Amino acid sequence: MTQVLRLANGGLIDRTRMLRFRFDGRDFTGHSGDTLASALLANGVHLVGRSFKYHRPRGFVGIGQEDANALVRVATGDQVEPNLKAGEVVLRDGLEAFSINCRPSPRHDLRAVHQIAAPLLIAGFYYKTFMWPNWHLFEGAIRRAAGLGTAPEGRDLDRYVHAYADCDLLVVGAGPAGLTAALDGARTGARTILAEADFAIGGSALWRGGSDAAEAATAAEAELRALPNVTILSRTQVFGYYDHNALAAVEYLADHGARQRLWKLRAGRVILASGAIERPLVFAGNDRPGVMLASAAQALVGRFAVLPGRRAVIFTNNDSAYDAAAALAVAGAEVTLVDSRPASAASAPGVRILHDRVVSATKGVRHVRAAIVADRAGRISETLPCDLIGMSGGWSPIVHLFSQSGGKLRFCEEIQGFVPGEAVQPVTAVGGAAGALGTLAIEPLWEVPGRGKKFVDFANDVTAHDIAIAMRENYVSVEHLKRYTTLGMGVDQGKTSNVNGLAIAGALTGRAPGKVGTTKFRPPYSPIALGALAGPLVGPLFRPLRHLPAHDWHVARGALFEEHGGWWRPSAYPHVGETLEAAAAREARAARTGAALFDGSPLGKIEVSGPDAARFLDRVYVGTASTLRPGRARYGLMLNENGVVIDDGVFVRLADDRYLVHTTSGGADRIAAMLDEWLQCEWRDLDVVVMNVGSQWATLTVSGPSARDLLAALGTDIDLADFPHMRFREGRVAGLPARVLRASFTGEASYEISVAAGAASGLATAIAAKGAPFGLTPIGVEAIMILRIEKGYLAIGVDTDGTTLPDDLGMAGGVARKGSDFIGRRSLDRPDAVRPDRLQLVGLLTDGPRLAVGAHVLREGGVPGVSDGHVTSSVDSPALGRPIALALIRAGRARLGETVTLYDMGIRHRATIVEPVFFDREGQRLNDGHS
Amino acid sequence: MLSLTCPHCGPRDETEFSCGGESHIERPGVEASDETWADYLFVRDNPRGVTFERWHHRFGCGAWFNVARDTVSHEIKTVYPMGAPRPTTP
Amino acid sequence: MMQRYSFLSLAGHALRGHRAWPQAWRSPQPKPAYDVVIVGGGGHGLATAYYLAKNHGVRNVAVFEKGWIGGGNTGRNTTVVRSNYLFPESARFYDHSLKLYEGLSRELNFNIMLSQRGMVTLAHSRHDIDAQRRWANAMRINGIDSDLLTREDVRRLVPRLDYAPDARLPVLGGFTQPRAGTARHDAVAWGYARAADALGVDIIQNCEVTGFDIGADGVRAVKTSLGLIGVGRVGLAVAGHSSVLARTLGFRLPVQSYALQAMVSEPIKPLLDTVVLSPSAGIYVSQSDKGELVIGGGLDLYASYAQRGNLPTAEQVIAGLITLFPSFSRLRMLRQWAGVVDVVHDSTPILGRSPVPGVFLNCGWGTGGFKAIPAGGWCFAHLLAKNESHPLATGFGLDRFTSGALIDEAAASGIAH
Repeated sequence: MTQVLRLANGGLIDRTRMLRFRFDGRDFTGHSGDTLASALLANGVHLVGRSFKYHRPRGFVGIGQEDANALVRVATGDQVEPNLKAGEVVLRDGLEAFSINCRPSPRHDLRAVHQIAAPLLIAGFYYKTFMWPNWHLFEGAIRRAAGLGTAPEGRDLDRYVHAYADCDLLVVGAGPAGLTAALDGARTGARTILAEADFAIGGSALWRGGSDAAEAATAAEAELRALPNVTILSRTQVFGYYDHNALAAVEYLADHGARQRLWKLRAGRVILASGAIERPLVFAGNDRPGVMLASAAQALVGRFAVLPGRRAVIFTNNDSAYDAAAALAVAGAEVTLVDSRPASAASAPGVRILHDRVVSATKGVRHVRAAIVADRAGRISETLPCDLIGMSGGWSPIVHLFSQSGGKLRFCEEIQGFVPGEAVQPVTAVGGAAGALGTLAIEPLWEVPGRGKKFVDFANDVTAHDIAIAMRENYVSVEHLKRYTTLGMGVDQGKTSNVNGLAIAGALTGRAPGKVGTTKFRPPYSPIALGALAGPLVGPLFRPLRHLPAHDWHVARGALFEEHGGWWRPSAYPHVGETLEAAAAREARAARTGAALFDGSPLGKIEVSGPDAARFLDRVYVGTASTLRPGRARYGLMLNENGVVIDDGVFVRLADDRYLVHTTSGGADRIAAMLDEWLQCEWRDLDVVVMNVGSQWATLTVSGPSARDLLAALGTDIDLADFPHMRFREGRVAGLPARVLRASFTGEASYEISVAAGAASGLATAIAAKGAPFGLTPIGVEAIMILRIEKGYLAIGVDTDGTTLPDDLGMAGGVARKGSDFIGRRSLDRPDAVRPDRLQLVGLLTDGPRLAVGAHVLREGGVPGVSDGHVTSSVDSPALGRPIALALIRAGRARLGETVTLYDMGIRHRATIVEPVFFDREGQRLNDGHS
Repeated sequence: MLSLTCPHCGPRDETEFSCGGESHIERPGVEASDETWADYLFVRDNPRGVTFERWHHRFGCGAWFNVARDTVSHEIKTVYPMGAPRPTTP
Repeated sequence: MMQRYSFLSLAGHALRGHRAWPQAWRSPQPKPAYDVVIVGGGGHGLATAYYLAKNHGVRNVAVFEKGWIGGGNTGRNTTVVRSNYLFPESARFYDHSLKLYEGLSRELNFNIMLSQRGMVTLAHSRHDIDAQRRWANAMRINGIDSDLLTREDVRRLVPRLDYAPDARLPVLGGFTQPRAGTARHDAVAWGYARAADALGVDIIQNCEVTGFDIGADGVRAVKTSLGLIGVGRVGLAVAGHSSVLARTLGFRLPVQSYALQAMVSEPIKPLLDTVVLSPSAGIYVSQSDKGELVIGGGLDLYASYAQRGNLPTAEQVIAGLITLFPSFSRLRMLRQWAGVVDVVHDSTPILGRSPVPGVFLNCGWGTGGFKAIPAGGWCFAHLLAKNESHPLATGFGLDRFTSGALIDEAAASGIAH
């Protein structure tokens, strides 16, 4: 198909470069320099889709970001973008685009039947009906009818990157005003960024003001590009203005590398030169394809060499459209200008001009074919056959970013629009954005008299009639108007409709537009791909998992990995054909009978040193740290100020002024930060340094009856004969400098061997080699859980939650013995903390199958009923040969021996409350021959 | 996106920091009444206007410091060290 | 007499060109005095006024709103309604709320578009599964339907999640409250306003309460931008601005105000049928009837009274969303905004007496005020009418902060409410 509406000369397209594209399956051509909008129009395609609610035929209202009508789906498959404005799609060879919200095509749309029901589909109709029997009955059909494009289904294969920039001056918009502002700033040496949404620099100079304006823009661009302190970002939409002069922009990149780049800009000063958007006029049938903004028609001629119509009617209430009319006439169209004002000083050579007249209606179905001209009283004076209506209801400065910055807007009578008022941040507006629009001599014409659908918001099909209904029903606040009618809530966010809408509302309620006010402008200025916003830190890089220093060693041993508290850890090392559960049981048995190797590297390790280290830790732990002798270790609980148990672990006194604090694996960073906060903010008198050394050390734990012999076999200069439980030694193990702690989470004699993180795999290999005679078995987190549950060792966050106090765990002994204050102590004396019926940690034994974690103890046995607590940990114990569980049960310690009913998703179980230690109650096995 | 001036490192984006809530809250001893303790734990000025709060240069030097900040405009009025008295409202 | 809304009335008005619709509510001048003044014309304030008139016959009531009704958090939230709570105190209260929601469209004769398409909470680890089993069992014991979901169940309900074997947030299962869903937030405010107005309640918009006249026996009048208004009792329902009014009354609250953001995408054809919450990703998302994805996450990280969104939090939320739903990457964000929420330590509301006699508090809803509107209004009306807590809200007084009897859902479940 040929470009039937392309002019033979002019425009800023590259006629030597022909681009082929498809729209709704039909092949077209355009040129380099075209957008999809200009290329479609060049080919005579005005009808591109159907409207949101009524499914009326729709074409182009504008040809840029302001257009609410010509939405298309671009590309196919997983690379689809559903709701693009045709004017923001840069034409490229091979582009494939489709209309949306119509089936089978924009010409023949089945949902056009909505138009028959239109009298019922008024503003807010859904609030008044669909209530019987309930909304849900109607909802499905309405959901399917709503929505616009269809989303892609697969993974987005494109990349999105983020970039940061700091500048003295950010100029938004590279039209004549922006270029001048950027030059003024840049010439003083200011580090300047000039951001322009279009791919071409020049703004309105690209289509208005003739060759002088274009040449001036070209010269300014050339000078700016030559300056070293200037960065020009084209195809970059500044979309958000945040606190402290931080702005966000998205840059659309060419089709290689990343697809989009999100800029986070921090500017000393911001100049908004974003221009203004022409407003439609509100008359009956103003939504027919072929009715567009006068400036869009002018830009099509001037920039794209497209004559959008041969018989044009320009309808205006201000002077700016005279240029548009003249440009169309020069390009060869037969133009009639309908001016609602009695007279005008502006002229348009070659144009028939009618004053004191309005376009009161249009004719045509899929394309406009006539304008009905009437006088201001609505009396029809003539019918003008036409294939294009250009409308100009005045201009709205693009104040979105200024408003987002916190600046106040004021209504300017001279241009009948909102302009920036008082600024809050260092920002100014220039040019059209500031309301400098030349002489408009505008005379308000918010709603043209006449019958028929007069669209205010094309995106959401909101008519002047809808606004009238909203006013009648007292939805008079501009926010109520917006929400009740959905005015300005569509994909264009009201760029062309807000001022018309609020002015019509004001006229109906006796309020001037400035009195009605605008709704808040919210980021983004134009829709931003979620992928761009998220940036690269998605998928595997979203809160990336930490890997063990000996990760590869575990992989080689066939570990099955799972996330445990942010770490990617072996859950077990199943043999071929072995289930995870069977593997865990085998591993647990190995720890009880021979020797087991567990990678405990995530264990938190924090060094606390300084003259006041002991005093400090006395204030941190429920127990006492200062009485501990160097070389010894003690178990401690940490609370928050609410008395809630937040961490536990063994702490070691390395020297009089130095401790090694072990935390839970998931808690290390949090606890280190908390300790530092107390020191820096509350106990500033204490001379203590906190250092999180966790990532420097790998900790491999050897546990089991043969652990000591294995350690001896590995070779160590530590005297194993003088190394009882809860002691700490430094020395060499397998030739490596090591810290060794005798502490146990398995109930077996254990040696926690910490070496430099880089030596982890070497040590693991050595342990495995020397351990073979002892039946050494690597064990994962699952086995550790079995072993610790058998011993009743609690896991913070599993057997406790954010309400658990020390006494609930039977660990209030430290509180009672201690005279001094510590974090959270005072909270333990509050009435609720000393209730006798708190949830307390106990054991549960059942003769039936293993209890589910999360099963509840029923008070009376009935459901619904009352929960008396829940199972927190549960395993089939290999050592005992029966299922065991830990549970938090109301007043549990006073109920030992009681048989209770448990409820789990409809099934009931019986279990007996017992002490929460199931294996080696006296702790004989920990001693390893030491007494 | 706030720009905060760490006393040690200079101006940085808010993403390097974490906010620790209102500052200058005196911690009572164990002898405090339940009411005093509850005040300390939970009750806050929560002003609409200038608030005095402590911030942590978490992904930076690790220092805690005080900030006087407007909770409506988010304007930073002043930054001052931990332990320094609350400035008279700027 | 209130104009009944129905399909027939709609059709009837259509024949008359929709020129005869009456006002949904009046805009009266305030009377010199009221038995009860509600400060704050959000969902909670309007619902309270409605139930005062409806349940207790207290009709000499005014709601003062400094802006436009429903303009605070009622009109800024992500519209989720649910009662999937762990503790019986919360469960009873929020399920009462959900039950009221279930009959609200017809009760108010205003379609609030309650859409009970369920809510799926995702489990990404075995610890999540265990925690959710505790939660789901607790709900059933509290008398609220809940079901555990396998990975395949979730896949049927939410096919767009990332089910790849190496997904960063693997979907191991989840649990659901089938009765959860969404409701049209503005309609809730408007529906209550219209119904309260019909019962004689005066709704005074654009009128700020600036202070109070306190006598020896308590509050006597409220100072407003339209003058001094005599009162019997005052109910404060101003969410994030509670501390500001408390200060004028001479007391402080255990409340911090934070910005909570929400975002919507452009409208697209249906692709998500239920509300999805991922505690691990820190996000929740649903698709509105209009087709927009409605996306929420955690609070902004510092105290704020600014009703505006911030970029870092939005980035985090969207990164979580795309990690869960890789195909959403090419959809576009249409609008980002924020509400100012009143956060208390245990994320349980404050519904009770204030230190000033005659002044009562409805605040502390944090991120969950919308779903609580009917029950919040129901119980607050009871408190204002009878000067005693409703049985559903006895644990919600200020005294719990002193006794330590917090109802801390978030702490117990590890999930923000």
